[in-house]
This record gives sequence, structure tokens and C-alpha cells, in this order.
Amino acid sequence: MSEEIKLLKGNEAIALAAIRCGTDGYFGYPITPQSEILETLMAEMPWETTGMVVLQAESEVAAINMVYGGAGTGKKVMTSSSSPGISLKLEGISYLAGAELPCLIVNVMRGGPGLGTIQPSQADYFQTVKGGGHGDYRLITLAPSSVQEMADFVGLGFDLAFKYSNPAIILADGIVGQMMEKVVLPPFQERKTEAEIREQSTWAAQGKPTHRKPNVITSLELDPAVMEENNIRFQKKYKTIEENEVRYEEFHCEDAEYLLIAFGSSARICQKVVELAREEGIRLGLLRPITLWPFPTKAIAGYAEKVKGMLSVELNAGQMVEDVRLAVNGKVQVEHFGRLGGIVFTPDEILVALKDLIINK
Amino acid sequence: MKQEIIIAGFGGQGVLSMGKILAYSGLMEGKEVSWMPSYGPEQRGGTANVTVILSDSPISSPILNTYDIAIVLNQPSMEKFEDKIKPGGILIYDGYGIHKPVKRTDINIYRVDAMDAATEMKNEKAFNMIILGGLLQIVPMVKLENVLLGLKKSLPERHHKLIPMNEAAIKKGMEIIQKV
Repeated sequence: MSEEIKLLKGNEAIALAAIRCGTDGYFGYPITPQSEILETLMAEMPWETTGMVVLQAESEVAAINMVYGGAGTGKKVMTSSSSPGISLKLEGISYLAGAELPCLIVNVMRGGPGLGTIQPSQADYFQTVKGGGHGDYRLITLAPSSVQEMADFVGLGFDLAFKYSNPAIILADGIVGQMMEKVVLPPFQERKTEAEIREQSTWAAQGKPTHRKPNVITSLELDPAVMEENNIRFQKKYKTIEENEVRYEEFHCEDAEYLLIAFGSSARICQKVVELAREEGIRLGLLRPITLWPFPTKAIAGYAEKVKGMLSVELNAGQMVEDVRLAVNGKVQVEHFGRLGGIVFTPDEILVALKDLIINK
Repeated sequence: MKQEIIIAGFGGQGVLSMGKILAYSGLMEGKEVSWMPSYGPEQRGGTANVTVILSDSPISSPILNTYDIAIVLNQPSMEKFEDKIKPGGILIYDGYGIHKPVKRTDINIYRVDAMDAATEMKNEKAFNMIILGGLLQIVPMVKLENVLLGLKKSLPERHHKLIPMNEAAIKKGMEIIQKV
């Protein structure tokens, strides 16, 4: 075995993966249930090994603007928070998207609205994939359902962010942040040198050589004609991402008569529901969107005429279910089952809901 | 083979760390493991619990309806988890923390007087390891040598001198657990 298997919390895995992925800077502010990210980074002291900066900012707003500054220079920078903290960051996130800056944001969701609860929730789906901040922008959204994916999506998130010059977000929740599982961390990757950044990120504000125009990092454009051009460029980029970067996982879908759609930790709980249902002879499958934007619309639409019903299982009042309904376009019944405010459903209550809402309806 | 375990008690009893040591021990045996804590504003005196799953195959849900084994260390946790033990499952409790008789008759019930034993050993911190010893006596899901390896992994190096004391506590628990 080349890499050691570790037992880590999801939050710890994100922190350790960030150091290994050659991240240049982390800027954050503590909030449950993701404080272990900042804690682990501080304990590891990567500034003494890789040179990575770890900074506890004075607020979430300061942290996201530090990310804006770092990203503007072509550095690999990230921040993390939980729901109320992400709300504070939204202005900065919209600016990052508007300035087409690559960066990684992590939201370990908790129950809301408002200060809410510290318990797990998935109620920031709308906020993440339908905007949140102002303007027509999109975030590349990865939804990990295991500690291994918490580690793996740090590198993937950065890769996609830089590939498309767009912010990427890991949309996790308190379960996958707090639980411990086996994980193999990604291999060590050096931080990019200044020369590499200048070569790979020609747009970055890195100090102007004499032969070219200055690089200006801004989301401001007062001429509406130019601003429309900018928006058209963003939309074209979003379309490319939708065509190329959809990720999802299927679990017992081949012969499924009914389908669960769930992301993140809900998908883990739904795997158990599939096992329980199949013990009873119900042919149940699970489709797990890994990217929430771009959404696996085509994959879900592909099942519209194969199954008798779909249940979107989410720790919220019914958010992703809207995208599932759009995908199947009325061809099959789609219902939602959720628990709210930090309460987590158990596998058996999901199975009961499936029977009540779809099978026996 | 899969063991789905809930460990529940007061914050400060070592519930989470006992679960962690069990999970590390499983890791040492090459098993799949998951450790899912309650992470509310628990503190000494509040309730705390952790779900630990050890399995030979990949683990689906880290959150469960029912458990093969419940280790219950105070009365509020008994009220919460007694009904969630699978028929034929195992309940282990500490005689000091539980003052009402157990109602279930379709499960195997064991008692470890760990609080008394820890007091006798003049080491109240050994409490959770005595309980762990009791568990391993009834269901030897991990070998003692792997528990000691797990302890080494989960404890910071400055605490490694405490491992012999923990081993003694585990052995004590193995001796004193009794069927009810």
C-alpha cells in the first residue's frame, strides 16, 4: 500500500487535503460545524512546510475578500464556513464570479434560517445553485457524501475552478463534516511558483511586464453594452461547464422500479434505504448528483420513462426536487421527503415516506 | 460481518473517545469503520452519544434506526436507546448510571460496574476503557492487540505512557462484566 489509510473527520480531511494540494492560502472564521478545518490547518502549521498562509480573519466578509485578493494574483486560495457565515460571504462570492476568479469555497451546512442550529442540514441548495448573491452567476458545486470525497474534492474543486476561471464550492453538511471514516489523502503537490502562475494564469495581477497592457481584476463595468458582452461570455462558459462537468453516481439503478434522488450525506442514508427496500422485494435505486451545478438533468431525465416514481430526499423543505421535476418534465411523479432544522432522517422513515408518497399512492 | 453500535452517556464520561478507540481498533484490523458523534453543545454533564459501525464491507448510512449493540451509561440515554436495540441484540450498561430496571426481554443484557471498578482502581478516567473491556469480552469484534495499536494511534504521543493503565482497565472490564 503506497498511501497510509487514516481515520479522519471530514473537516480534518479537507484541511489536510488543502495542504497537500499546494494551496497558497486559507482565510476563514470559525463556526460550527466546520471549525475543525481552521483548527487543523492551524495545528499543522503549513506555513512552516509548504509556505501556505493560514489566517483567521476578523470576519467572514474579510475572509472572502482576502480570497478575492489572493485569487486576483493567480494564487490557489480558499475559505470555509457554515450556512450563516456563507450568507455573509455572498457579496464577495458574486464579485468573485463577476471577476471570473478561481477559488474554492467550502460550506459545511447547518440548519437555518438565521443563526438556526448547529445540526446538519441541506437547506442551502437554492442559495448555492440558484445564485445566493446577486447577478446571473453560477458556482461549480460539488456535494461530497464521504470523508474520502471531502479530501478528493479539494483538488477537484481547485482544478475545475482554474480550468474555467470560476469559483467552485464544496457543499457539505454537518454529518460529513463531523463523522470519521477511512480516508487516503491525495499525494503531495508543490505550490505553484511565481513563474508558473505568470505562465498559466496570464490574466492574474502579478506585476506588469513592459510589453503588455495591465491586467485589471474587477466585476465593475459601467457601460451596459460591455457588461452584456461580459454576461454573454459567462453564460457561454456556464454552458461549456454544463456540457462537460456533470458528475453523478448510480446505485442499483439498472432494474429500478422506483428511484431515490439524494446528494451528500442524505445519499449515504438513502443507500441504506435501497438495501432495506430490496430486502422487502421493492426494486429501488438511488441516483446521487455529485455536481449539484451542473445538475445531472439528462441522467435523471433518462429514468423518467423507466421508473414509476422518484423521491427526492433532502435535509430541507424541498429544494433539489424542483430541479428533478424540471429534468423529468412531468413524465413521472416526483415527490419530496425531508426533515428540517437540523433533524436527520433515519433510513426507515425514508422508506415509509417512499411507500406513503409514491408506491401506495 | 457488521457491528452497529451506539455508545451513549454523559459528556465527560469518555463516550466519544471510547468510540474513537473502537473505530481505530477496527481500522487496525482492516475493517471499514464509521464514527458519527452527536456534536451539539455537549459538555461535562450534558448527554453525548456516538454511532460506531465496524464492517467487513463498505458502510452505507452512518446514521441508523436500530443497533446491534447499545452501550448505555446513564438513565436519559437508556430512555432514548433501549427501544432501538435490534431483537436478539446486546445492551451493556453501567450499574452506577442506571437506576431503573431494563424493560426489554428480547435482548441480551449485561452489566459492568465500571464506575465502582474505576473508583477501586483510583482512576476515574479508566471508566470508559473498563466498559470497552466488557464489550470486547461479550463480542470480541477486535483483538486486544489491535485495541492497543488503536490507542497508540488515537492518543497524542505525550499520553502513550497511559497505555498500560488503559490495558489494565480493559482487562478489568473483561473480568467484571456479568449477564443480567
